[in-house]
Amino acid sequence: MTSTGTDKAGVAGSNGSGNFSHNKVSVHLQRKIREGLIRTFCAFCALISVVTTIAIVYILFSQALPFFTHVDLKEFATGTEWKPTPEPGHFGILPLVTGTLMITVGAGLFAVPLGLLSAIYLAEYAKPKAKAILKPALELLAGIPTVVYGYFGLFFVTPALRNVFPQIQSSNALAGAIVVGIMILPLVSSLCEDAISSVPVALKEGAQGLGATKAETTMKIVVPAAFSGIVASFILALSRALGETMAVTLAAGSNPILSLDPTKGIETMTAYMVSTSKGDIEVGTMKYMSIFAVGLVLFAFTFGMNMVARKLVAKFKLNYQ
Amino acid sequence: MILEPGTHSNLKSRKRFDSLFRYLCLGAASVGVLILVIFLTKIVLDGLEYFSWKFVISDLSSRPKQTGIWPAIVGTLYVMVLTAIISVPIGVASAIYLQEFARRKNRFISIIQLNIANLSGVPSIVYGLLGLVLFVKLLAFGQSIIAGALTMTLLILPTVIIVTQEALKAVPTSYREGSMALGSTQWQSIRLQVLPNALSGILTGIILSISRAIGETAPLIVVGAATYVTSLPKGLRDHYTVLPIKIFDYANDSKDEFHKIAASAILVLMIGLLCINSFAIYLRARTNSKK
Repeated sequence: MTSTGTDKAGVAGSNGSGNFSHNKVSVHLQRKIREGLIRTFCAFCALISVVTTIAIVYILFSQALPFFTHVDLKEFATGTEWKPTPEPGHFGILPLVTGTLMITVGAGLFAVPLGLLSAIYLAEYAKPKAKAILKPALELLAGIPTVVYGYFGLFFVTPALRNVFPQIQSSNALAGAIVVGIMILPLVSSLCEDAISSVPVALKEGAQGLGATKAETTMKIVVPAAFSGIVASFILALSRALGETMAVTLAAGSNPILSLDPTKGIETMTAYMVSTSKGDIEVGTMKYMSIFAVGLVLFAFTFGMNMVARKLVAKFKLNYQ
Repeated sequence: MILEPGTHSNLKSRKRFDSLFRYLCLGAASVGVLILVIFLTKIVLDGLEYFSWKFVISDLSSRPKQTGIWPAIVGTLYVMVLTAIISVPIGVASAIYLQEFARRKNRFISIIQLNIANLSGVPSIVYGLLGLVLFVKLLAFGQSIIAGALTMTLLILPTVIIVTQEALKAVPTSYREGSMALGSTQWQSIRLQVLPNALSGILTGIILSISRAIGETAPLIVVGAATYVTSLPKGLRDHYTVLPIKIFDYANDSKDEFHKIAASAILVLMIGLLCINSFAIYLRARTNSKK
């Protein structure tokens, strides 16, 4: 691939006039073939991503299907007990779903208002100097590995919460929700900032020209104008929270109980998959099949949320660009 | 429409609300910085006790005083270098196809694009399940470095493609047109004009996505990275462990000493990530100053 066609054309040109045209044609042909080969190779690589998606969907379905020959779909969807061992076990996914939702909703309650307000500050108020501190800090926060967030939840947030709730368990939903909230805060903030920044200046100037204060402009003009983008960023961040694994496994525990008490340990869908697949699980056991069934549910949730968010962003772009 | 009748009469309270709102936003924006500071302080305070050069280069041990994390560091390096070797050519080639060869956007291309965007939103643990079936069981790589690296490759591929496309987009169209007007083929103009100009952008993006992958733990647990290995991996089919899994393991341990060791291991991981990210930022700064 390193030999260039132009070099060869130069050599061919000095080869006497007799076979000049012949060589030129072959060089041309050579170029065309090489061009085609490279193009095909690149197209083939691009196809790998499509194959990956198909493989994910196929594997989740094909591995989860035998699970549903053992477990009634209705029991799976509405059962309130999740006890994989001893066999045959109980497989009602509700405890895992409520666990996951508690973390997601809790993280959202933390990150959505904070993220939106900090995005408003960054987009509307912050001077370059303040931005130079705030933005890298958020970027750094986003770059911290999730397992580190788990450590933070387990050994900082929970001990701090113990001052307020003395009976809190060492792994609990509240700490999990808080650390996941911290984790998605940079995402909410940066996506909201993008949405807010793309609101046309004319709209703001119009409002301020009519005598609105900056806060009124922001809340009554800018935020409504950027609304679909802001909602899309919330959904994307929540879908990230939904799929988050290591932080919640550490901070929120692996105790699949159906409870809405945030001071108790719970288990999310992701935490179940991790704690079950730790070590070697035998193919064909209910445990093995169950992680794919749970994976399928998780995949469906996040996929749906991402699609909705994308639709909103597309709509948003149509309005202002 | 915006201002309710009568609002002009309470200008004072509106002004007060205005500055209040400003401080509220400032407060929210500072929360991130505050948390970051608390976070780092906590990790450093907890981690310094066991943090030493000996800790970095010692083998794993079940006794807190003697344990090190060297096998986990080596395992992380193996997996990530291999992941980079596999994912970078594939990712860059995909991006070149989508951004350069397929300039006319047809349905097929937009399906691939949508698909890549969707893949980047799939939870990492789902990639673990994919790797478990595809690489560990079907291709029978077992719980080996190669299975881990291939799983990580699929995980970071969408990100690598997206960042490479962004870097390619930043190269002005006139470069391509100029080069092709002088008689070069499309590939020649890509290779000699577009890629050299996009190179540092591509590198920055790839380094950042790999550094995110280094901290990824869940998929590797699913494809069977061990928590305890007695010897360093020698080949690609060997068992291995990685730093984030060791951190997870130590943090989950019942002994208190191991919690401090987890913090020390976090320090090692964060220092490593900081070095990698600084390099990426240096590259980005160099690109920006050249423009």
